[in-house]
Amino acid sequence: MSSYEARFKVWRGDAEGGGLEDFAVEVNDGEVVLDIVHRLQATQAPDLAVRWNCKAGKCGSCSAEVNGRPRLLCMTRMSVFRRDETITVTPLRAFPVIRDLVTDVGFNYTKARQVPAFVPPEGVAAGEYRMTQEDVDRSQEFRKCIECFLCQDVCHVVRDHEENKPAFAGPRFLMRVAELDMHPLDAAEEAGLDRKRTAQDEHGLGYCNITKCCTEVCPEGIRITDNALIPLKERAADRKYDPLVWLGNRIRRR
Amino acid sequence: MSVVDRQEWDVVVVGAGGAGLRAAVEARERGARTAVICKSLFGKAHTVMAEGGIAAAMGNVNSGDNWQVHFRDTMRGGKFLNQWRMAELHAQEAPRRVWELETWGALFDRTKDGRISQRNFGGHEYPRLAHVGDRTGLELIRTLQQKIVALQQEDFRETGDHESRLKVFQECTVTRVLKEEGQVSGVFGYERESGRFFVLEAPAVVIATGGIGKSFKVTSNSWEYTGDGHALALLAGAPLLNMEFVQFHPTGMVWPPSVKGILVTESVRGDGGVLRNSEGKRFMFDYIPDVFKEKYAESEEEGDRWYDDPDHNRRPPELLPRDEVARAINAEVKAGRGSPHGGVFLDVSTRMPAEVIRRRLPSMYHQFKELADVDITAEAMEVGPTCHYVMGGIAVDSDSAAARGVPGLFAAGEVAGGMHGSNRLGGNSLSDLLVFGRRAGLHAAEYASRAGAPRPRVDDAQVDAAAAEALRPFSAEGGEPADGPPENPYTLHQELQQTMNDLVGIIRREHEMEQALRKLAELRVRARRAGVEGHRQFNPGWHLALDLRNMLLVSECVARAALERTESRGGHTREDHAAMERTWRNVNLLCALTDPSGGLAGTDTVRGRITLTRETTEPIRPDLLALFEKEELVKYLAEEELYE
Repeated sequence: MSSYEARFKVWRGDAEGGGLEDFAVEVNDGEVVLDIVHRLQATQAPDLAVRWNCKAGKCGSCSAEVNGRPRLLCMTRMSVFRRDETITVTPLRAFPVIRDLVTDVGFNYTKARQVPAFVPPEGVAAGEYRMTQEDVDRSQEFRKCIECFLCQDVCHVVRDHEENKPAFAGPRFLMRVAELDMHPLDAAEEAGLDRKRTAQDEHGLGYCNITKCCTEVCPEGIRITDNALIPLKERAADRKYDPLVWLGNRIRRR
Repeated sequence: MSVVDRQEWDVVVVGAGGAGLRAAVEARERGARTAVICKSLFGKAHTVMAEGGIAAAMGNVNSGDNWQVHFRDTMRGGKFLNQWRMAELHAQEAPRRVWELETWGALFDRTKDGRISQRNFGGHEYPRLAHVGDRTGLELIRTLQQKIVALQQEDFRETGDHESRLKVFQECTVTRVLKEEGQVSGVFGYERESGRFFVLEAPAVVIATGGIGKSFKVTSNSWEYTGDGHALALLAGAPLLNMEFVQFHPTGMVWPPSVKGILVTESVRGDGGVLRNSEGKRFMFDYIPDVFKEKYAESEEEGDRWYDDPDHNRRPPELLPRDEVARAINAEVKAGRGSPHGGVFLDVSTRMPAEVIRRRLPSMYHQFKELADVDITAEAMEVGPTCHYVMGGIAVDSDSAAARGVPGLFAAGEVAGGMHGSNRLGGNSLSDLLVFGRRAGLHAAEYASRAGAPRPRVDDAQVDAAAAEALRPFSAEGGEPADGPPENPYTLHQELQQTMNDLVGIIRREHEMEQALRKLAELRVRARRAGVEGHRQFNPGWHLALDLRNMLLVSECVARAALERTESRGGHTREDHAAMERTWRNVNLLCALTDPSGGLAGTDTVRGRITLTRETTEPIRPDLLALFEKEELVKYLAEEELYE
């Protein structure tokens, strides 16, 4: 096993301010950035704050920025960096810092509450749900989301535009709208809820201009833009501008 | 002394994994104002790591399945030590709990006729696990999380406040369950973010904190698994049951070192993966124990035919219960037939086309590719045992999930004992969370409504004592020099993990466990001096120093119970007592605090803090016994149990 000493810059501070601190730290074969942060805690900075849980890319807790790019610390292998490179670890930029690498991601929980929940179909008892695999495939892709919020962090609509936050749910929660809209048994429409329209009117779908940053950053490889946002945009547009769809809806509602 | 924020709730749930969230949903739906407290962010609990599926005898894939078959498999898996009433309720109620998830928006993989698909798993006679690829735990946690949000949206419409009836206190840690006159009166805890203390007053508390794996070095468990709930219950005066039974999952990653212990799902074997040693031999055929001889294939050919024709062939021995497979791997490695990094080979690449592997096992494909540079569609994985689950836990009433001896305290999920006996079957954990999470929430809500007014008030002395205990690590640095230098909590934790791993691990010996108990005593003394730097705001060193109390308490329970049980059964293997003894079948070991006077006994040092008692289990109900053949029962039950 070969070890070496790497140079790190880690942002330390809190809401009042802070800065990058230099560290020299041992690195061993096969390690990821989170291992190095843990070594810093155990040997040099016991109060260095970082979120993490599963250390296997499944829980989405250890999101931060490595050399300015949003990443999961547990899935960023040290072997992708040159040994003489200084590695910079900073907190997610789109959210307010609490301490060190930990940010206040409350924005996401607020947005989650604004998306109306799944509406169960009336008259279908538990145990009687029937859906084909082909019909659940689409929503299942979106349910792979581990809520690491990297897409929320990278999205330029909010990354440097705090003022857009109230009006814009972000890729994660627009995808949630798409997921429910494509759920074969969601009965929102029967209950008088038009999810496509709300995506446009209440969750800020119009702000998205399809730069695909969210898709590129997604550690689960979910094709957020192509499979969730664009279809949602197309469907929302149909609703808004197509007089036939509008008329059809009016008639069906009666 | 301290000014501490106080709030009143009806039910407080500690833990927001599958059991905690299911309990909270039920309590809230029964009208109780319910608070959930969790150490991590909402939706990150360890349940997300569950991969394989939820065991429920729905009979969607094989109509021969029913609750009786599931009950039998569970009892066999647990080597008949299970609290049989729990196993019965679990088998009966699991299908309803799964179907209910669909009405909350869950999307399981489907059968051809549009029902929930079910997959094979170790120890389950029929394909029984409802699943979503290999990320079932994520689906479960997300569905429950979204159900909580749905209820909060309902409350918002009625009251204008999302959190009026159901609130999640995320990134908070509970350090004490509080009692007045012998009954639960609330909990004391701190916010991780600010370090501020708080008290939630409530007549009913549900503990759903999961397991203890972080006391072991090689583990599939996350940092949260520090045995908090086990310790909270002990400190509140409730006993723990059968703590010697710790499940080592047979297949954890072994390479590279930084990922050692991370789980490789049993679905790999359920879907056709096989285990081989360095000689290329499928060694599991040599490790079928007598009690399972009739149920497993004798040849590779028969085992392979079983996947397509399960009615006329027996299953391959790779699908034996986890304890058997873990021991077999351990033995192969010890005999010098291991893989280069000290495991064995788990191979799907020669068993399925690459595209099927990527579809059925996407997370595993991803995990090995990203973390180990191994393409599992082209080469074998290296795997070895990893500490995964604790069968032991808080002793509870089977029907109500009420903890013994402490009115108002309930427990569900991994932290509760009994359900799985000496060994848990894969897939029975997620169903356990749902079945007993719901029951705990239901009975906690009923208990709280009966408690009425006036409720027990939390007195200030208790709050002050709890606050002093929690602040202790900050003053450790300034202690008496004669006591010794301050200790680094990270170092203490590493020594504890090494001790438990080496001395109370998968294969146990009397002198090693005695050595472990001596080491634990030493660590307890040193833990009193665990000091931290910095301040109370999001300080992981402080958090770990507080978690050490729990890990040390629970580790002592495991070591003492393991030393006491002089037989091998399920997740407890004694090299010096290698056989399963029928006379031990109906013996439960209970761990309780030696000094239950409360106060700060949890930080007492030199003498051990745990007292063990033996208890004879309640005889298995005759109609449940009648579900088994007599020839099978004689392998497990003592003479007198058979002829009663």
